[in-house]
Amino acid sequence: MTVVTDVVCPLCGSVCDDIEVEVEANKITKVIKGACAVGKSKLLGHERIKSPMIRVNGVLKECSYDEAIKKAAEILAKARRPLLYGWSSTVCEADKAGIALAEEIGGVVDNTAAVCHGPSVLAIQDVGLPVCTLGQIKNRADLIIYWGSNPANAHMNHMKRYSYISKGYFLPGGKKDKKMAVVDVRETSTSKMAELFVQVEPGKDFLLFSAVRAALMGYEDIIPAVVGGVPKEKIVTFANMIKNSRFFITFFGMGVTQSRCRQNNIVNAIQTTRAGHLHTKGTIMPMRGHYNVNGFNQVCTWETGYPYSVDFARGYAWYNPGETAATDLLGRAECDVALIIASDPASHFPADAVKHLARIPVIQIDPYENPTTEFADIVIPSAIAGIETDGSVYRMDNVPIRVRKVVDTTYMTDEKIVERLLEEVRAIKAKGGVK
Amino acid sequence: MILISGRTIEQGENLEHKMSEDYFNAVAVCELNEKDMEKLGIAPDNNVKVKTLYGEVVVKAKKGKGYPEGIAFIPMGPWANAVVSANTKGAGMPSYKGLDAVITKTDEAVLRITELFGRYKAEAWKK
Repeated sequence: MTVVTDVVCPLCGSVCDDIEVEVEANKITKVIKGACAVGKSKLLGHERIKSPMIRVNGVLKECSYDEAIKKAAEILAKARRPLLYGWSSTVCEADKAGIALAEEIGGVVDNTAAVCHGPSVLAIQDVGLPVCTLGQIKNRADLIIYWGSNPANAHMNHMKRYSYISKGYFLPGGKKDKKMAVVDVRETSTSKMAELFVQVEPGKDFLLFSAVRAALMGYEDIIPAVVGGVPKEKIVTFANMIKNSRFFITFFGMGVTQSRCRQNNIVNAIQTTRAGHLHTKGTIMPMRGHYNVNGFNQVCTWETGYPYSVDFARGYAWYNPGETAATDLLGRAECDVALIIASDPASHFPADAVKHLARIPVIQIDPYENPTTEFADIVIPSAIAGIETDGSVYRMDNVPIRVRKVVDTTYMTDEKIVERLLEEVRAIKAKGGVK
Repeated sequence: MILISGRTIEQGENLEHKMSEDYFNAVAVCELNEKDMEKLGIAPDNNVKVKTLYGEVVVKAKKGKGYPEGIAFIPMGPWANAVVSANTKGAGMPSYKGLDAVITKTDEAVLRITELFGRYKAEAWKK
């Protein structure tokens, strides 16, 4: 038995890097400390896809890596409108290869940000983002705001490591030195811990941001008696908490990106943060979901100029979410092939988008069987990035972290699989395409 | 009712174990306020049909804590998304949260993933 320290958790955007595990017979057998329930579940592992598979007469039949990759490359090489989607539960090195593959075949490459913080990216492109690292927050922020986000369930170590419960250099008392406010449509495990819980009606966040912003800018008199179900007095109390803090941070989640007004909510959230700067210091940060959803956006930006939903059909990078996002392409029944890697759109896309997966060839690259496998025609199992292979990932605050290899594997890595696909596609094209 | 979705701890623990019974039990559910359940004549563990403009799905009712009246919650996953539109209104992002929904008690069974997707496959080729 060996104890491995400083293991990095490849689950959520918090990317905890202080985990200790026990390894026995090349398997993680125990998580000693550091991981939350969700991270622990991933580290201890689940049943894997045992072998590459190709669907024959409706049934997935085992085959070799070579056969699966060759067959997948043939499908990709002759595709007219391929979609290459996922890329968030893997490392930047695989993402880089994926973008090269999309360019080679004139496809659309998109990651899970499109159904997560895509609207936040659109807002940031509009108005910028006053942001900092999680270390700054831990050491300086005395007012923590979670808006449309429930870290007690989704980013379970976030409060302990970086925000409300953590002890910082200038805030040695931990939560004794801090305050927390939560805005949500329902009471959550997080809101129960907060000093102030602001319960907003669903779809009314934009109105509430505007009211808080007005209060911060000195226009309390124009705020109606009730905004989005929240009484004016509570809005003023909330604005005063911000004014009286030394450093505030707003973490926001899917509650504001997936509801009415989408990116406009985030534009307003960012401008509300700026209004807070009339009184004090403060920043704002999206609570990124997958551990490397941000990393794909970084890689895609430096490779193509755009962060996600990039269409290479014209021979150059074209970016227009709403037209080129994965849900748009599937919902319009536009793509004729889908390569799905390190994600599960069959579970997380709307029904009409999922139905199109039944009409087209689907190539899946993933360590685990999941609902997308139901639609897959070629399944290529991969090593678990961050447990069986190392690589670079980006935490939610844009800090790059190297995930570690903890155990050995015989599975091919995502990066290697995608590179092999690219080589095969180029070889097919060099020979004049698929006959 | 207004339908929202989101993550839960149990959903997260089974994120990479989605074909399991645990995931089905964690995600194919609809959490409701106690008063709404009384009003709609729904008891815990009853099956309910959740219907929006974009589709319908059968899930198991569960008494939820902390929900205001008029709000129903289905954890993110295939069942929640069965009633979501693929129209992203020019943003690339579907409207996952804040859907108008009608919720009624039903005797119909909750479909397993393979059954739900079997239905999708059949519908896909109708169009």
